[in-house]
Formats: sequence, C-alpha cells, structure tokens
Amino acid sequence: MCESCPIVDWEHELPTVRYFTARKVDAAMTDHIVWFDRYEQAHKPFVGGKNSSLGEMMMAELPVPPGFAITTVAYDQIWRDADLVAKVNDLLRSIDHDDFAANRVTSQKIRALIEQAPIPTDVETDIREAYAALCTHCGVDDIAVAVRSSATAEDLPDASFAGQQDTFLWVVGADAVVENVRKCWSSIFTDRAIAYRHAQGYLHQAIAMSVGIQKMVDPISSGVAFTLNPTNGDRSQVAIDASWGLGEAVVSGEVTPDNFLVDKVLREVIKREISEKGTEYCLTESGVVEKLEIVGDRRTEPSVTDEDLTAIAILARRAEKHYGCPQDVEWALDKHLPAGDNVVMLQSRPETVWSQKPKTSVSSGSYDPMQSIVSTLVSPLHKKSS
Amino acid sequence: MSNSFPSPFEIEGPEGAEGWEELYPYSSSFSNYRKDYEDNRFWFWDSMHWGKALTPWDATFMEAALAALSQMNSRHYRIPPADGVDFRILYGYAFLSPVGVDPSQIEARVPQFMERAGHYFGNWDSLYDSWLDKVKTTIAEIESIDFNPLPEMEELEVITSGSAIGSGGKLMSEYNRFRDLIMHAWQYHFEFLNLGYAAYLDFFGFCKEAFPSIPDLGIAKMVAGVEVDLFRPNEELKVLAQKAIDLGIARSFDDPNNVSLDGDAGAQWQAAWDEAKDPWFNFTSGNGFYHFDKIWVENPDIPYTFIKDYIERIEAGEDISRPIEAIREERDRVVGEYRDLLGSDEDREAFDGKLGLARVVFPYVENHNFYIEHWTMSVVWRKLKELGATLAKDGLLANADDLLFIRRDEVHEVLWDYYANWAVNAPTASAAHWAPIVERRRAIHAKLDAWKAPKALGAPPEVITEPFTIMLWGITSESVNNWLGSDEGSENELTGMAASPGSVEGIARIIYEPDEVNDLEQGEILVAPITAPSWAPVFPKIQACVTDIGGMMSHAAIVCREYGVPAVTGTGFGTDKIKTGDRIRVDGSTGKVTIL
Repeated sequence: MCESCPIVDWEHELPTVRYFTARKVDAAMTDHIVWFDRYEQAHKPFVGGKNSSLGEMMMAELPVPPGFAITTVAYDQIWRDADLVAKVNDLLRSIDHDDFAANRVTSQKIRALIEQAPIPTDVETDIREAYAALCTHCGVDDIAVAVRSSATAEDLPDASFAGQQDTFLWVVGADAVVENVRKCWSSIFTDRAIAYRHAQGYLHQAIAMSVGIQKMVDPISSGVAFTLNPTNGDRSQVAIDASWGLGEAVVSGEVTPDNFLVDKVLREVIKREISEKGTEYCLTESGVVEKLEIVGDRRTEPSVTDEDLTAIAILARRAEKHYGCPQDVEWALDKHLPAGDNVVMLQSRPETVWSQKPKTSVSSGSYDPMQSIVSTLVSPLHKKSS
Repeated sequence: MSNSFPSPFEIEGPEGAEGWEELYPYSSSFSNYRKDYEDNRFWFWDSMHWGKALTPWDATFMEAALAALSQMNSRHYRIPPADGVDFRILYGYAFLSPVGVDPSQIEARVPQFMERAGHYFGNWDSLYDSWLDKVKTTIAEIESIDFNPLPEMEELEVITSGSAIGSGGKLMSEYNRFRDLIMHAWQYHFEFLNLGYAAYLDFFGFCKEAFPSIPDLGIAKMVAGVEVDLFRPNEELKVLAQKAIDLGIARSFDDPNNVSLDGDAGAQWQAAWDEAKDPWFNFTSGNGFYHFDKIWVENPDIPYTFIKDYIERIEAGEDISRPIEAIREERDRVVGEYRDLLGSDEDREAFDGKLGLARVVFPYVENHNFYIEHWTMSVVWRKLKELGATLAKDGLLANADDLLFIRRDEVHEVLWDYYANWAVNAPTASAAHWAPIVERRRAIHAKLDAWKAPKALGAPPEVITEPFTIMLWGITSESVNNWLGSDEGSENELTGMAASPGSVEGIARIIYEPDEVNDLEQGEILVAPITAPSWAPVFPKIQACVTDIGGMMSHAAIVCREYGVPAVTGTGFGTDKIKTGDRIRVDGSTGKVTIL
C-alpha cells in the first residue's frame, strides 16, 4: 500500500487492539512483478516468505523451476477501489466471531467480491506479459504453472497462519493464471484466517498477499533430501528418499520410498535400499494429477540413478552451504530437461532434528599434537568395533 | 562359529617336509622352549608380504624387517601400548603376532614416548632429508661391496703399502659389511614409519569421531601425496613410450622380448632409458622380499611390455598423463568440504593441526617403499647373487643359487673354507659338504611351497590395537571375526576394506605370480593375494581389483585410488573363492565382492 492509496480501515471492528502495526510502505518500490532470478534481499517484504525463499534459492544458483512473484504492490492496487473497500468493511463489521457457520458464508462473500472486482489494467497487463515471457522462456505456448499465495506480514511472527496459503497446481493459460491470482489474493479472507487474526488481535491490513507463478515440474521421480545422516547426524552425508512421479506420494507417506545415503564430499552412493513402490502421482494427458498404480519392473527398480543421486547431493550441499545450516530439501527430476541436468529443487528449509541437538566439540580443549597422538595410541579407534 | 584358530602345535605340515626347521634359525620356530607363550598368542600369516614359502635368505629379510619394526616400537620410541611384532616361521610361512605392553607399564612410557617421538615430529623435515642421504649412501655402499673371486696373486700395492691384509680376509669382512648394511637399511625403513602411522591414525580417529560414517578412503584422500616417488617408475615408462613414438621407433617394441634399438634414434632412446633406470627401474615385480622377484633393470622385457601397452594407448589417441592438477584440486576440495562441515572453530583448528602433521609425515610413509623394498633390495639381491656366482665359479658350490639354501650364519663357514684353502692353495670341502644338504632343502622347500598355510593360529585377542596391524595389514577385530566365520559365510560373498570407491561388474582373473600380470586383458577384474606397486601399468587396463590381504594404505589401495579403479582389499579369501572367468561384482564403496 502506498500513501496515495486509501487505507482499508477495519480497526474499529476489533474489540480490543492488542497488536497494531501499519505495514511499512516503500514508496520506491513500484514493480508489480519480480522475477525469481532477479530477486534481491530488498524485495522480501513485497514478495512474501515463500517467494523470497525461491528467489534466494535462485541467488544460491540452485536449479529452481523458473517463475516470478506478483508483488504486494500489485495486491495493494485492488484496494484503490473505494467501493470494494466499503463493501468488505461492511461484511467484516457484520461478523459474530462465535458463529462459525455464518462466518464461513461471510468469508465466501468477501472472497467473491475480491475475485470479481476488476483488476487495475496496469496490474493485469503486467501479469499477462510476465506469463507470456515465462512461456517464451520455456519454449511452450501455454506453460503449466503453479500459482501459490505467499503472504507477507512484516513484524508479525507468523504470516503463514495470518494469511491462508493457497496453492493451485497445473494452471494453464493467461486467463486461468489471472483467475487463480485473484483466488490467492482473496485467500487472505478465508474464515480460518479471519478467525486467527481476530484471536491474535492482528489487523487485517497487516497482511498483504504476494503470489508466486512458477513453471510446473512434470517429474520422472521426486523426493526429499536431508543434508545429514539421520541415524547419527554425520554431516558429510546426505540421506535421499525417492519415488516415481510427483512428490506427493513420498511426502504423504503413501509409498515406502527408495532410500539412499550419499557421501556429499566423495560424491559416492554409500547405501541403497530399493523398496517396492506401489503408487505414484502423475500428470495425465488432460492436465489432471492422478494417482496411478505402478506396474511391472518399475515397482522394484530404483527410481533414481547414481548420477541423479550425486547431482541431488551436490545441490542439497549447495543449499546447506548457502543457508549455513543443515537443510531438508524437496527435489524432482524434470522429464522435460536433459538427463544429467534435470534435477530441480522445489523447496529448502532448515533441518530440525539434529540441528536442535546441542553441538558437541570433537576436539576436547585446545589442540596439543603429542597429547592427542598418545591418547589415540592408548585408546585406539578399533576398540569400539569389536 | 569357532572363536579360535588352531594351535600352531596342532598344524600338520605337508608330507615329505620333515626337517624343514633346518632352513631357518631355531629362534624363529615354534618350539617347546616357549610353548606356553606361543600357544597363548594370536598369530596371523602375513601373506601380504610373505605369501610364498621362504628360503633361508628370504627368511633373513623377513626377520630383519620384523626385528627393526619391533625395535622402533619397543626400544626407540617407547610406543606406550605397543611393543614389537613377534614372528615365527611355520612350515616355511611367516606368522606374526603383535605384542602389547602390560597395561600397568603404559603410563610410565608416555613421557618417554613424548620426548622421543616429539623430537622426530618436531624435526621431521630435516630428519627426512638426512634420511634420504643416509639411504642413498647405504645403497651406494652395498653397491661397492666387493664379492669378486679371490685373486691368484695379491696386487703389488698390498705389498708396497705394507698393508698385509689380503683378499681372503677382506671377502669375509665384505660379507659382514653386507649383513650390517642390510640391517641398517631395515632400521632406516622403520625409523619413521611407526611414527608416521601414529600421526595418521590420530587424524583418522579425529575424522571418525567428527563424521561417524566417513569412509576410510575419504581420510586417505585428504592425506595422500600427489607427487609420490612410488609412482615415478610408471611415469618414466610413459615418458619413454612417448619418446619412442617421437623418435619413430615405436614398432621396435612390438615384441617386448626382442627389442632392437638401432641407429641414431635407438641410441637416443637408449640414452633416455639409461637416465631413467637409475634409480627408477630398480623396481621389482614383486614386493622386494623374495629372491625370485624380477627387477626391471635386470629384466627389461617387463618394462618393455608396459611401454608397448602405453605406445598402443597413445597411438589410439588416449591421454595417459597423470592429471596432477586435477588430483591436487580434488584433494583440496575434499579437505575444504570436510573442514567446512566441522561444528566449531576449535574443531577446525584441531583438524588443521592433525591433517598438517599427517601430511608432513606422509611423504615418508609413501616413499620409503621405493627406497628400501625396491631400490635397496634390488641391489641386495643382485649382490647376493654375485656372491653365489663367485662361490660357484671357484667350486665352493655346485650352483650359484645353492647359496639361497644356505643360512646366513652357515655362509661364514663356506667363506672360511674358501679363504683357508685359497690361502693354502688346496682343495675345498664345501661343494661336497653342501650338495646333499642343498638338495634336501630344495626338496623340502618345494613341498612347503605347494602347501597352503592357515590364515591364523591361536586365539584372537578381544580387540586389536597395534597400529601396524590395523593400518598396514588391515587386520581388525572385524576382519579376524570374518576369517573365523568364513566357513559358514555365503559362498558367493566376500567382505573386505572399501579401499577405492565405485561399483563394477566384470570377469575375474586370478593372478598369483607377478609373471602372470601381463595375462590380464582389458576390462578384467584383477584378483590377487596382494598386488605390487610395479603392477601399476596394468591398472588402467583393469576394471577393479580384489586382494586377499591389505589395508587402506596397502599398495593396491593406493594405486587403485590413483587410477580411479574400484578396489576391495583384505577380503581374506578372494583367491580361494573366486575363479578366473567368474563374473563378479566389486563394490569399492561398501567393501563387498559378489560372485554372480
């Protein structure tokens, strides 16, 4: 929101104001679009957490599928419409926070208002042009994209709860993109988000919505990677789970994935456990995601090659290096990229189990070469292995 | 699964080898003199160094090596928990047994060790420089030993100088000098080695603690040198192959047994060969411990065959040069990655210190093998054969190589006979005396050689802690348990050390003798009791390597890592279970070998 825009004022609607903040507005930022590969740290407040993490992965030269963020500057433009502001405020005022069923209806009404309101022409043109540019970049007429909400709420501890995180997969064509962008914008007013902000005493206008548009990956196989050995915390190894098709099967636990341990320094596969994989999620001809039964040899064949594993390990290590702590990474092997260069990263977030254990030093105290050799000789390593 | 190997006193040797003990010093045999001590120990057959039955002189160098190794641990540096490695010969085969220090004595040795070893670690580079000088001087001295036949008449100079000391006595002195110099060389061999391994183990232990699943070879890669003297002979062959092509005489090597170097080009190539051969082709096809090992300078057909191979590779457009820069970069990358992954700056400081020390000591660990086992031993065997030839020429022995079956202490008697009767100018007794003895010993030795020694004897200790046993022989508590359980183990699976990474499938070829190395065909998997550094030229040909014995730092492991060939070492039974022509899978990342 810039100063020239009318502030949407829902303040009086709250019983008591337990928390107040006005969103910081940078008058210098006017862009409606930020490409992930041009992302800079300064963009963060305008593109939200999810988009900025994709941008940051690009900055770290991680192979994130290409795409762009529609900034909160674009989102703010829809509130130039004073009529829309008035109607939304009326509906919000009418809310009885104890009547959940009525709230759901009110929420739907607000969302419909936002989704039907005309988008300022300059904003819509920018979105359509950016999508066209993405299509050109990928060499596909109407590239399938994921449309993801990426809420931002500066100074709020948890933007992801304060704003709903809707994601729309396999969106094809500029019209569908625009339509789903509006759905993401309106998802700020899901009943759950309204109730949550109310309960926390957050202002509705403390939240703004950026939207990410990213090329969909049609994967041969996909999975997750931990940049350490989960059994002993050894940071020189990467644990990789993999299965056929989209990552849903692995993330949801519907299949027992193939499990690998890769040495990230020597770039060697140290351990492999190939399991029988029963189902996979795939994109059908009609562009719908379907759950399919895996038949034939693919059930028991490894879903990744050693070369894939090495590439995944190298990328996971790069993410870990960039973020400075062990990572939990989602990856996929893109069908439409050449083998050997087809690993893409969908997400990278800090690993939580081993990273929260207190660090123990291996060197006990300051290093004394002779003392150290003596203790090695007196209590040799292989004692432990008997 | 039994938890003990047979007692040395229960082993039945081959028929027809009765009286075999006379080939060796009585102190090297199992006997009733110390039965209690011997029966309560664990002994393993060191087939890595002594895979064949020993002749008396092969035994001499085994004994010299083990005594020198032991002396450095026990008497020089006072390694706190480890004394020597005891050695016995049973039916011709060398059995070793690490001797630990009584736990109550360990503490008292710590300050002694710190002072003594500390001096070496603190002055390593200058001590290593003088080591190189010492060894080269020793080799030159051995070369200078005069084993020529005694003269008909002394030189006039002996008279005019008033020296009075004649050639007969001098020959006996030269023989004593020969023995002394051999003892010196073996002490030099172990002067730094035990300490080098100690520093390496210290870094090794640190890495294992910081990265619980770090493969041993990850550690080896960080420490290994890039330019190592042990690789030089092979590098010189490549240069000579290129030179032959450049001079247009590549075809002269088509038949390595019949190479004629004609004309100006031939002379130029010969000059290049002469320059390289000293010292680099004092390189043995075996490990230097056996009289039958073939030395390149004396058997040029061996290096010529390798040169022929290299010529063919170059002509096929292959780049056979060693990618030194890439090897160095890879090493730096591995070090940088592990260092980055450490949890604290304190750990990084210790890592730097320990890696630094390991790298200071390692050139010695890698290079001593060329200087002693190859260069020195090449000269030693040459000299010994020279002495045999002299004794045969003057009728003391029926054949020059009879000398190999006469123990080192018995040689004094032969030389005395030679001297005395040369002095008197009368017939000698030696030929007649030794002929039947040597004949009997040759027959016994042949029986021993056809016999297969057991892997180990006696009860293994709960834990194996002696640094050499672990580092060099690759014998750990696991591998011993492996040997014990091998009868029940899967017929098709072998486990060893993951010595060089990668996984491949291919056809196995069993190589027992260095002579068979050239039988290896492109893409085969080499399976051998142990490999020698001089087999390096065949490593570009093979897909993988499996050995019966050897640790992370065994020659096979080092050479395989260098050539990027997967290797599993120390499988114990590779040459027993695998047959030439078997299709096998070698996984050098996990240490598993599967017969398919």
